[in-house]
Amino acid sequence: MHIHKYEKIWLAFGIGCLIVFLTVVGVSAFAAGQQPPSCLTTIDPEKVDTTPPFDHPGLVKKGDKEYELNIVVAAFSFTPNAIEIPKGAKVTINVTSKDVIHGFEIPGTNVNMMVEPGYVNSLTTTFDKPGEYTILCNEYCGAGHHMMTARIKVVE
Amino acid sequence: MAQPLEKVDHRDAKLALAHLFVAFTALALGGFAGLLQTLVRSGKFELPSGISYYTILTTHGVLLGLVLTTFFIIGFQFAAVSRTTGALSDGSRRTGWIGFWLMTIGTAMSAFFILTGKASVLYTFYAPLQAHAGFYIGLALVVVGSWVSGFAMFAHYARWRKTHRGQASPLLAFMSVTNMVLWLVCSLGVAATVVFQLIPWSLGLTDRVNVLLSRTLFWYFGHPLVYFWLLPAYMVWYAVIPKVIGGKMFSDSLARLAFILFLLFSIPVGFHHQLLEPGISPFWKYVQVVLTFMVIIPSLMTAFAMFATFESYGRSQGATGWFGWLRKLPWSDARFFAPFVGMLFFIPAGTGGIINASHQLNQVVHNTIWVTGHFHLTVATTVVLTFFGASYWLIPHLTGRVMTKAMNRLAIIQTIVWAVGMTFMSGSMHVAGLLGAPRRSAFSTYGNSPQALEWIPYQIAQAVGGTILFIGIILILVIVINLAFFAPKGETEFPVAEAAAPYERAALALENWKLWIGLVVALILIAYTVPIIDIIQNAPPGSKGYKLW
Repeated sequence: MHIHKYEKIWLAFGIGCLIVFLTVVGVSAFAAGQQPPSCLTTIDPEKVDTTPPFDHPGLVKKGDKEYELNIVVAAFSFTPNAIEIPKGAKVTINVTSKDVIHGFEIPGTNVNMMVEPGYVNSLTTTFDKPGEYTILCNEYCGAGHHMMTARIKVVE
Repeated sequence: MAQPLEKVDHRDAKLALAHLFVAFTALALGGFAGLLQTLVRSGKFELPSGISYYTILTTHGVLLGLVLTTFFIIGFQFAAVSRTTGALSDGSRRTGWIGFWLMTIGTAMSAFFILTGKASVLYTFYAPLQAHAGFYIGLALVVVGSWVSGFAMFAHYARWRKTHRGQASPLLAFMSVTNMVLWLVCSLGVAATVVFQLIPWSLGLTDRVNVLLSRTLFWYFGHPLVYFWLLPAYMVWYAVIPKVIGGKMFSDSLARLAFILFLLFSIPVGFHHQLLEPGISPFWKYVQVVLTFMVIIPSLMTAFAMFATFESYGRSQGATGWFGWLRKLPWSDARFFAPFVGMLFFIPAGTGGIINASHQLNQVVHNTIWVTGHFHLTVATTVVLTFFGASYWLIPHLTGRVMTKAMNRLAIIQTIVWAVGMTFMSGSMHVAGLLGAPRRSAFSTYGNSPQALEWIPYQIAQAVGGTILFIGIILILVIVINLAFFAPKGETEFPVAEAAAPYERAALALENWKLWIGLVVALILIAYTVPIIDIIQNAPPGSKGYKLW
């Protein structure tokens, strides 16, 4: 198949960029551990209220500046819905749904994950800036979807 | 003009026109739904009580994402196949009509349950939200109808090949067949979840559904779906536009190769829509991210071919200097101008797509209105403007009319209106998305959260853009109705370009379907076997259905 010289240069440049790009993404994922939230833990969605840690949702101190935040999501609320976190805390957020699929997003941060019935999802983040943050649901879940919200206050 | 124009058989023309008629009806209704959404989301307007934002949103997504596109594409491809490989046989044409009616009945059925509020589940219908069974059955009929039409095209193509041994098939026929193969292989996934999971579950025959499996099957279909929309636009770019501008196609074999690469790399990639999900290991997500990015190669080939065609034509007309050829292009011809503006919009659209599919960056934009902004550039601008541009010759060709100068001028204005409206709407969606505004949500300040208040000016800009776009929809409907019923009688060309380079043997090798379909299946098995076994074996208890709207 005949390929024009300029097209060869164009494709070589494009494919070269692609290889560099995918290498950067891959190294960042597997060597630096920057993976998207992909928790494999399962849970019975109808027994969330009796399954630890979601039987007592909320913030739990795990070490010096290390916390676990367990949140139960259901149409159309987050439990708990008012959370205080000390500034600089490294927080592992665990979420699960009691009914349909929801989203868990904190605008202005990189906290963003899907919440699906039957699974726990999880990510770790550090709250460095004090102030008020909003949690919202970003996956359509029904008539009250856009009313689903909670607050995090990061305090000194 | 010694030779008469090569025409689509008039019986095939009827079949194609029937599809286009449904497509533009869907555009009118779905476009109106879109206008209402942007107005609601501005916070300045409320729907009359009893009408839910999410019902309107479901209507918009189903009518424009599924109905407009599928009907236009199948109608266009029937015309393209008939034009380049001869009139359909009576059997193929009858099969095409069966496909058309199955799709139309299915559409009417789903639309009924959406509009009566029994299926406000959006066009992605994620379980365990549970719509009325009639909604799923309607969708299944649409998919099955499209398969029936696909088989009509395959049969016609196979007959052509039998009587033309040793010849490469005409480019448009080859491309139509490639697109239908892509469609058939990918829609098996959505058919599987609808027929085996959602229909029995919504009828009460089964109690519970495996949510992650259903979503995974949906996205196995959902991404190739966007290539099924895009490839007919590429058909117009590769095989029609060069003729419209008076030039030649840059390379026939490379166009075919690009289509085969799209076929191979558009299916085993659905996980890039599921990057933030639990239950799928990050390793398999990354494998599919890599496969996703392979489609950049045929996209770069397409960009090169287009601009090479334009520049070669300009230089053949005596253009000099680096950009002199730009001035030689037929800017006042809507058949060129509309698709060309579509191509320009594909540059930011494709860039946004690369961001979305990036393993980590996705977390910044996932489910924000950035994503909505993204696909309003890809499908709602690049693809749709190309379809409009194709309608300007296809409809008069099929109805035996000619487009008047006045209509051509209106079509140029339509394109500009669309570009301006979309720049406002999609631009502000992208920015609001980066600031965290969620997609698929009615107006809300989230309890006067400071972040949510920041989004409101952008939401007003979206309503401004949405209103301009709705004017664009009125304009295109005026043009389409004129071309179908009122334009002066006459003959309009169905433009098909010739290749600049001489015939190459490679074109024949690219029709080795056993090889390509075998490779497609192999890639799908590599990308999906292990994670799907995981999803089934390690499944949590299934979910009951919920009707939360």
